[in-house]
Amino acid sequence: MAKHPQSSPSAFDGQLLRGALADSFKKLDPRSLWRNPVMFAVEIASAVTLFTFLQSLVGAAAEPVWFTGSVSLCLWATVLFAAFAEALAEGRGKARAASLRKSRTNIMAKRLAAPAFGAEYTLVEANQLRKGDHILVETNDLVAGDGEVVAGAALVNESAVTGESAPVIRESGGDRSAVTGGTTVIANAVVVRITTDPGETFLDRMIALIEGAKRRKTPNEVALEVLLIALTLVFFLVCVNISPLSVFSVKAISHGQPVSLTILAALFVCLAPTTIAALLPAIGIAGMNRLFQKNVIALSGRAIEAAGDVNVMLLDKTGTITLGNREAAALIPVGGHTERDLAAAALTASITDETPEGRSIVLLAEKHYGLTPQPLPPDAVSIGFNAETRLSGVDLAGRRYRKGAADSVVAFVKQQGGKIPKNLDQLVNGIAHAGSTPLVVCRDAEILGVVNLKDIVKPGIQERFAQLRSIGIKTVMITGDNPLTAAAIAAEAQVDDFLAHARPEDKLNMIREYQEQGYMVAMTGDGTNDAPALAQADVAVAMNTGTQPAREAANIIDLDSNPTKLLDIVEIGKQILMTRGNLTTFSIANDVAKYFAIIPASLASIYPQLEALNIMHLASPHSAILSAVIFNAVIIPLLIPLALKGAKYRPMPAEKLLMFNLLIYGVGGMIVPFIGIKAIDSVIGLFI
Amino acid sequence: MNAYDWQQMLLLFAALLLLVKPLGAYMAKVYQGETTFAAPLLRPCENLLYMLGRINKADDMDWKQYAGALLLFNLVCCAALMAMLLTQHLLPLNPQQLPAFPWQLALNTAVSFVTNTNWQNYGGESTASYFTQTAGMTVHNFVSAATGMTVAIALIRGFVRRKTALLGNFWVDLVRTVLYILLPISCVAALFLASQGVIQNFAAYKTAAPLQAGGLAMQIPMGPVASQEAIKELGTNGGGFFNANSAHPFENPTPLTNFAEIFLILLIPASLTYTFGVMAGNTRQGWGLFIAMLLLLTAAFAVLQWAESSGNPAISGLGVQSGNMEGKEVRFGLVGSNLFAVVTTATSCGAVNAMHDSLTPLGGLATLSLILTGEVVFGGVGSGLYTMLAFAVIAVFVSGLMIGRTPEYLGKKIEVREIWMSILTVLTAGVVVLVFSGAALLVPSAVTSMSNPGAHGLSEVLYAFASMANNNGSAFAGLNGNIPFYNLLGAAAMLIGRYVPVVAVLAMAGSLAEKKYIPPSLGTLPTDRAPFVLWLILVIVVVGALTFFPALAMGPIAEHLLMTGGK
Repeated sequence: MAKHPQSSPSAFDGQLLRGALADSFKKLDPRSLWRNPVMFAVEIASAVTLFTFLQSLVGAAAEPVWFTGSVSLCLWATVLFAAFAEALAEGRGKARAASLRKSRTNIMAKRLAAPAFGAEYTLVEANQLRKGDHILVETNDLVAGDGEVVAGAALVNESAVTGESAPVIRESGGDRSAVTGGTTVIANAVVVRITTDPGETFLDRMIALIEGAKRRKTPNEVALEVLLIALTLVFFLVCVNISPLSVFSVKAISHGQPVSLTILAALFVCLAPTTIAALLPAIGIAGMNRLFQKNVIALSGRAIEAAGDVNVMLLDKTGTITLGNREAAALIPVGGHTERDLAAAALTASITDETPEGRSIVLLAEKHYGLTPQPLPPDAVSIGFNAETRLSGVDLAGRRYRKGAADSVVAFVKQQGGKIPKNLDQLVNGIAHAGSTPLVVCRDAEILGVVNLKDIVKPGIQERFAQLRSIGIKTVMITGDNPLTAAAIAAEAQVDDFLAHARPEDKLNMIREYQEQGYMVAMTGDGTNDAPALAQADVAVAMNTGTQPAREAANIIDLDSNPTKLLDIVEIGKQILMTRGNLTTFSIANDVAKYFAIIPASLASIYPQLEALNIMHLASPHSAILSAVIFNAVIIPLLIPLALKGAKYRPMPAEKLLMFNLLIYGVGGMIVPFIGIKAIDSVIGLFI
Repeated sequence: MNAYDWQQMLLLFAALLLLVKPLGAYMAKVYQGETTFAAPLLRPCENLLYMLGRINKADDMDWKQYAGALLLFNLVCCAALMAMLLTQHLLPLNPQQLPAFPWQLALNTAVSFVTNTNWQNYGGESTASYFTQTAGMTVHNFVSAATGMTVAIALIRGFVRRKTALLGNFWVDLVRTVLYILLPISCVAALFLASQGVIQNFAAYKTAAPLQAGGLAMQIPMGPVASQEAIKELGTNGGGFFNANSAHPFENPTPLTNFAEIFLILLIPASLTYTFGVMAGNTRQGWGLFIAMLLLLTAAFAVLQWAESSGNPAISGLGVQSGNMEGKEVRFGLVGSNLFAVVTTATSCGAVNAMHDSLTPLGGLATLSLILTGEVVFGGVGSGLYTMLAFAVIAVFVSGLMIGRTPEYLGKKIEVREIWMSILTVLTAGVVVLVFSGAALLVPSAVTSMSNPGAHGLSEVLYAFASMANNNGSAFAGLNGNIPFYNLLGAAAMLIGRYVPVVAVLAMAGSLAEKKYIPPSLGTLPTDRAPFVLWLILVIVVVGALTFFPALAMGPIAEHLLMTGGK
């Protein structure tokens, strides 16, 4: 299949940057900035320094003009950088949303008077369609809204939504009946019942999500914001407290200057957790975008966050854990025949068999037994699998080569008076119990042996499950197979548990049971009968090829319909939280160095002895404070790439991961500003 | 430190380690309503009290009812004590015929004892009658300590219980705390102290003939000291019978009583960590907190001991090598005084056996820091544990994000509400200190009551509000607190510093109890192992340091640099 991954604009694409810059100025409007209280407080502090700067112009301020001016400039830059980070993250989504919006405009729909082909229709605009309307969609028509095929079948190109160019079949009944507004029918015609009102369609929701317009803060984000606001408030009070304390000190020892308003504002902005507060909105938006680049649409930020917390994953066997097809793994001869004999017969019987199983037999014969498939002579007759005999094979040179399920072949052989080897039964059962499918091969009335068709566990899946296990996620395989077969495959794939003979209600019950024990459960599904379980699961991923009920019950839609995506979603969910946590730690750790820069500097006139705390040996009080302020502003754009890409996720146990991140963002967060501030101070020293 | 000093310190830690487990386990039994060895004697008393109070043991309360009962009880206690102080001259057992407290002082004192602060703007022997001391102060020493413990227990239940709104019955918890825990231990302790020379009588003050001919006759105050002394330490109250507190020879006569008093202060706050572990079903969780507290305590002691034994260079320059003995009792020595100072500020006790005002600047910084970090280094009885748990919730939250999971502590998810409540618990006192100390320096009457100007005066004010807001109660002294400004603002600081966290903790307990339990997996951060304990310590230190660095820079740090600079 041809894959067209969503084009992922580079973070620093020129056009995006210009757009984001323009947007960031708009975001300085206090009426929109108050949604980010920490940055709102920084804006107020910036306004204060603007005021002291104007004062200093008329000579009424405590500090020199150049100093007040530069501090004010840096503080405004801090607010601007924060706005820029958010605008940049949004900008990446907007570009995508704009292209989606194009596919939505000016669609005309053929509204039917009755839900059947041949009924009369009137042309209406898509936005006049309501739930329950029926429309006719013919070749080259755009589907006008989300709905369900109620009659007919058609080939639909969904690339406008999924970026996937291979068309898919949509037909009434069954699990492939859902159609999405904005997609195009490229062959045949269908009658569609509209299932959503305009403005709420999948496409609309997608656009809103991508643009970030409807983005609601997730619970963890709100909790973190509460913490940041509290810290900001405390730091505000710390700065307010400095004022009377310094006034008192000046009076008591009768020399020096009380700490000026400009310096207090500068100190406040440096201490407030501006780095994380500036990047917080961008982290969430960028997370959604990263998911989108993987062709996954999260219908709420909550769902992604929940994905990071998942500790039980229900995975369908077929397609997720095993390749969809079984593969010949071994040939076991019976009744004195050699393996090579059997291989040759199996090869012949399969040479015209185009099913994956058939091809895998040919491949096995070639690889392991050095046989080469000969082109069939013209008199050979290929016998396709038919429901009556349930056998397939070839009639070649007067001999009849057949392969099929044991009972069918036995019947075929008995009919010709052949003998059944004694150990066949035992062999066949043995293979079935080991989780494989036995296929018996015969030549005329003679049974040659058995082909072991194995369910092939996807390569590398064991490692992924091991990774999941190492981060505390339990995997459960869901299969319709019998328990013995299921157990064998479960053991090979190394899943932690399995559910055999699974019916839809079993899935639902299993999810409930896990949730009752406090687990967060994720599952993927596509059929209508998965819908109840999807609705119950904490993280429910529906395949885009799935039915409308399944997609409605889910909170995440996978446009590629690739069940292993769940693993990526978990990873991105964790990344978002980690990025927030790491930057919070970094932001707070930074304060230590800033204190060492600003406190001795701002109290220098009162207690010159505090110079002992100036461990960075910054040149002068003014350059020390300015360096801290500049560092505080510049670190924001420097960390934008990290916020957009997300902190790297390493699957390892929680404690190790914490130590690792603490080392980088905690210890690093303490050291980096010492170096940064010292470096900036050295540069400033060149000018003053 | 010589061998004797080391013995003293190591013996203290050993005694503590030895008793934390049995006492902690015993308290867990008491709170879970299990039968203990004391039951045959105390169960009838307990049931009698319930009958008198018409309390149904089985009536569990949700957090609002629990908080309501607690606040009502404390309000009534406060009003009763204030009434007693205002009518002291009319009440019995007043051989010295001491007059009533002025109303502002009465308010400050009543609030101070009800909030387990025991900040004293009065001198015990010159202001309070025996009746006031025994029926007032001593009773409140018991109930204010018990109040703190009930809150801690309610919080533990919040973590342990699942999908319920109920946290237990406040009255039952209160009665059990006093009856089964505080009374028996303080009886034993009081008898021991009395046996070592702490006085216990209701006699009138004695007059001693002057030693020098022509000198003034001395008045020697008497009183029921031993009974009050025991609960003063055990309940981390700290309000001294005498103005000199535990420096007074009738309160703390010998090095042995000194050792016993230090031990009594630590006993319950330390053991509660084990109680927490037992009730949470994993004693390692309790030991983790214990170790975090012990490490912080040891670090503070090391700083104090170093600073005090280095002394003032201006003095040691004269060839005096004893360290800083100013304001210390010779019978306790440096280590006996320093251990007491560290323990009394680390727990929110506030009893003192030395003048904290006379500590070296860095020594003062060590004790001040212990108070400013929120009284979590063992902390007050109950309050130390619940504040520490609030810190743990915040530490869990940030570390949880750092490993990419919605944070959970003891199987309970930490969400917006828990963060709100933890922040209120942890930061309220700090906010009060910042606002009130700033205000104090703007009010002329507050500034003039300092005995030292400059950096040291600033430390005095900072210490005063730190001590009141964190319900410690020890004073740097050197500051005349008995003026309307300090009496009233101090009362406000103590009330806010006590009840905002109490209500926040109960609200958090209520929210936690309603959550379901999430079993731990490999993805869960273990909170009973070294990395988390270190992270917790780091969070406590960083939050404290970031909040108070500027103020400390203008106070003790500036003073230290001035001192080492020879000024």
